[in-house]
Amino acid sequence: MKRKINTRQSNEVNAGSMADIAFLLLIFFLVTTTIINDQGIMVKLPPYEKIDTPPPIIPSRNILTVKLNKENALLVESETMDISQLKEATKNFILNPTRSDQLAKSPTQAVVSLQNDRETSYKAYIAVYNELKAAYEELWNNRSLQVYGKDYSLLTIGAQRNIRNQIPQVISEAEPTNF
Amino acid sequence: MIRRKNNQPKINTSALPDIIFMLLFFFMVVTVLRDQQVGVKFSIPDADQVQKLENQTLITNIYIGRPIDPARGNTPLIQINDAFIYKENLDQAVRQQTANDFRHQSDQAITVLKVDKEVPMGLVTDVKTALRKAKRLKISYIANATH
Repeated sequence: MKRKINTRQSNEVNAGSMADIAFLLLIFFLVTTTIINDQGIMVKLPPYEKIDTPPPIIPSRNILTVKLNKENALLVESETMDISQLKEATKNFILNPTRSDQLAKSPTQAVVSLQNDRETSYKAYIAVYNELKAAYEELWNNRSLQVYGKDYSLLTIGAQRNIRNQIPQVISEAEPTNF
Repeated sequence: MIRRKNNQPKINTSALPDIIFMLLFFFMVVTVLRDQQVGVKFSIPDADQVQKLENQTLITNIYIGRPIDPARGNTPLIQINDAFIYKENLDQAVRQQTANDFRHQSDQAITVLKVDKEVPMGLVTDVKTALRKAKRLKISYIANATH
């Protein structure tokens, strides 16, 4: 009787560590898998219109013309500018704190017009677009701190929309030309 | 002796679920890895105004860069999901690729542009125009976050 029990026990494979091995493999694959972590600049394109509707006439003081040529040189309102100054220039144009009659009449009327050449490099374009977006982002944040006393990103969706209505982000992109 | 032979112990199957789980995990991992074969080289630009993509399932990828395979030449090419697209049939291809999947009809669908730094903007603008024609208005320029 004693001998019989012994043979039965030796035939069983110890499977207690199986779960551990499975978990180890699972953890290995979890660690080695690169989780897609793409981040990007979100842009909403204007709808395509077949018929060329004439653009609405906007007084030139309300338009900030930003041009990027094929040498990736930046031209803002017919003057060359380094990209490091673009953000401040854009903020100054939109808010117009000095009430200059060359800059936007009010933030709601301000339009940033971005034009680029077909040969402009993507890198330069993104750098400029990024600065323009950063300018708006900073203005929203400042306004939010003034009105609500907290960061723009912490506001409710309704409050964010309110801020965006006060300073609407209008970045108009013309079809690229060869200039 | 004869009695013992008939009464052989059963094979222990308590480890079977674990093996099945292992296989499951293996296949899960392999499916993720075999997502898309990118046929172009691209090194994305830097930016600090970046946002995470909200919904990973509603995206279409568009890659623009020089082809990895030298047989395809050295001029930047456009790749949508898995296919190389040439300028002549860009509009049609964009419409097809985006219409294939009914989920992509939704306004939430995002087209993700993974474009090499050195690509001329003309090519990007052509893609943008094609997207506008296909009513795919939400796009995202993928960039390295620098903040």
